[in-house]
Amino acid sequence: MKSRMEKDGNNIKSRREFVRKAGRIALAVPLITVPAILSRKTHATGFVWQIDPYKCTSCGLCKTSCVLTPSAVKCTNEYEMCGYCDFCPGFLRQGARVYDTGAENQLCPVGAIKRNFVEEPYFEYVIDEDLCDGCSKCVQACEDFGNGSLHLQIMQHLCVNCNQCRIARVCPSNAISRISENEPYLSKDRNKKILRGKNRQDSAGGEMKTNH
Amino acid sequence: MFKKYNRIIPYLLTGLMFIWHSVLYAQQQMRYPRPEFETDYTYPTYQYISQRSPVWEYIDVAVLIAALSLTSWLVLKKRSRQGIVWVSLFSLAYFGFFRQGCICAVGSVQNVSLALFNSDYSMPLTALLFFLIPLGFALFSGRVFCAGVCPLGAIQELTGFRQVKVNPKIEAVLGSVPFVYLGLAVLFSATGSQFIICRYDPFVGIFRLGAPYIMVIFGVLLLVTGIFVNRPYCRYLCPYGVLQNIFSRFSYRHLSITPAECINCRRCEPSCPYGAINVSDKDAVDEAVVKPSAGRFLYPAIIAVIAASFALIAYNAAPLLAGVNKDVMLAKEIRLEKEKGIKAVSEAAVAFRESSTSEEELFAEEINVIKRFRAGAPWVGIFLGLSLGLGFYRRMTRLPRTEYEPDRGRCVSCGKCFRYCPVKPN
Repeated sequence: MKSRMEKDGNNIKSRREFVRKAGRIALAVPLITVPAILSRKTHATGFVWQIDPYKCTSCGLCKTSCVLTPSAVKCTNEYEMCGYCDFCPGFLRQGARVYDTGAENQLCPVGAIKRNFVEEPYFEYVIDEDLCDGCSKCVQACEDFGNGSLHLQIMQHLCVNCNQCRIARVCPSNAISRISENEPYLSKDRNKKILRGKNRQDSAGGEMKTNH
Repeated sequence: MFKKYNRIIPYLLTGLMFIWHSVLYAQQQMRYPRPEFETDYTYPTYQYISQRSPVWEYIDVAVLIAALSLTSWLVLKKRSRQGIVWVSLFSLAYFGFFRQGCICAVGSVQNVSLALFNSDYSMPLTALLFFLIPLGFALFSGRVFCAGVCPLGAIQELTGFRQVKVNPKIEAVLGSVPFVYLGLAVLFSATGSQFIICRYDPFVGIFRLGAPYIMVIFGVLLLVTGIFVNRPYCRYLCPYGVLQNIFSRFSYRHLSITPAECINCRRCEPSCPYGAINVSDKDAVDEAVVKPSAGRFLYPAIIAVIAASFALIAYNAAPLLAGVNKDVMLAKEIRLEKEKGIKAVSEAAVAFRESSTSEEELFAEEINVIKRFRAGAPWVGIFLGLSLGLGFYRRMTRLPRTEYEPDRGRCVSCGKCFRYCPVKPN
């Protein structure tokens, strides 16, 4: 054995070296070709993930699918659209006995909506972002019964800007996409007419309607 | 004749108009008028905190290259285990706790495969660099990325206090899991279905101090296991480790146990917690070593048969695998509702009902996705079959060795074996 090994020793060594070299060259090829193929498909930084409020169906997956807990998705109130109603469907639970700020009457499970009196009969609704977990219960209610001023946004100071947004992977309405970081938020517009259901307009080509 | 109803018709028309108006009105938002404040109330404006400066992402790449170079130097030239531990600690702090596990090379595999097979997806440049640079280093100096730069590896490296030897057979069986994991991860991301590596990342929850409950449990269990069976994620799960394994096998340079000539003293044998040291055959009996000439033509044929059968199995399993895609899932639910009357209540189904896509479009998309799975799955099968076949081949036709060497595929260049070698550098 020993004699054979000594005889073959150099042979085996050179054989190993040959295989290694060949493999190295073979593997260097994809290392060069992959970036070459992808060079047209990459973008440098400067993009952030954001929810298009006009596509969002407030399904609630933003709360559970984000890599962060609590989610980087929070509710925001588009004040220009808000009716400042005393009876706010986003604030008060349906079927609440008394319409006051009692915890049992509030829709928000974490009490993140703060109600401030402005003047008779108007109330301002402010979202406490530290409490909000993006469950979108209030968004759904405001959409169905109110002005639709409450909507979800990805908070860019919380978002870790994953390679691929995990919520976007599961979003049933494909509402999440990359947008330029120069304008990292998509707000709602009070002048835009929204048609839910089959005639839903794409936010980009939405029909405009003046509202007096 | 109408005279009889003359007085009611206007009211009816008015009623109709009201209903018509309310239907129209309900479709648009702004159901409640904008308040006209009498006090000097002004609309609050959002003070959005701006995003982290994008400069950080370039800093990440620079730190990655610096850490990889430093680890290579420590492994190849300095031969300092202590130094590698310090780099690990830094990587854990920076890539782990500071950058919170994102961006990471392990997950970038999926971005690359998604970008390669989807025309409409554009991937971040940093993700591409994080995918390529560690592989480039692996081709030059072995798995230095695993040794000191990967935060997932570092957290396990720094908590592996004891060493329990795993039976080589069990090691081999468990070691094949990452290949399957990688194959599935690439297939799922290439078809635009799921990013399973990120989804089931066990340690990211620890970095962020927040994750789904079950993943935290899994992560902690892995860490506790890792105290005894070191680096369980790297060895039995990590899909990027498979690529590192393949690239490292052909590396230009690699960690060596001994700084000079191996004297076959066998002292390093128990030092490796990963069983990644190839034993020298200098004192072994003849039967232990087989020359490959016997199966020169037989073995490649067997490997080809294994690969082909795996491809066939994968092709047939494709529709099953396609079940992870959200469109396929939704289509199944909708079809169940249509055929069996089981109401579709998932969030996806509710959103689908509200959207403008028709059922036909959905079913067409389902067929399209399954077609893509059918196209991709055989390649995954071939990859798995080839890996398995070549693994067997390597076991059966081992060339004799004259010195103790690290197994270039499985060695993570942690440097634990350094201090066991009594040979002084000359």
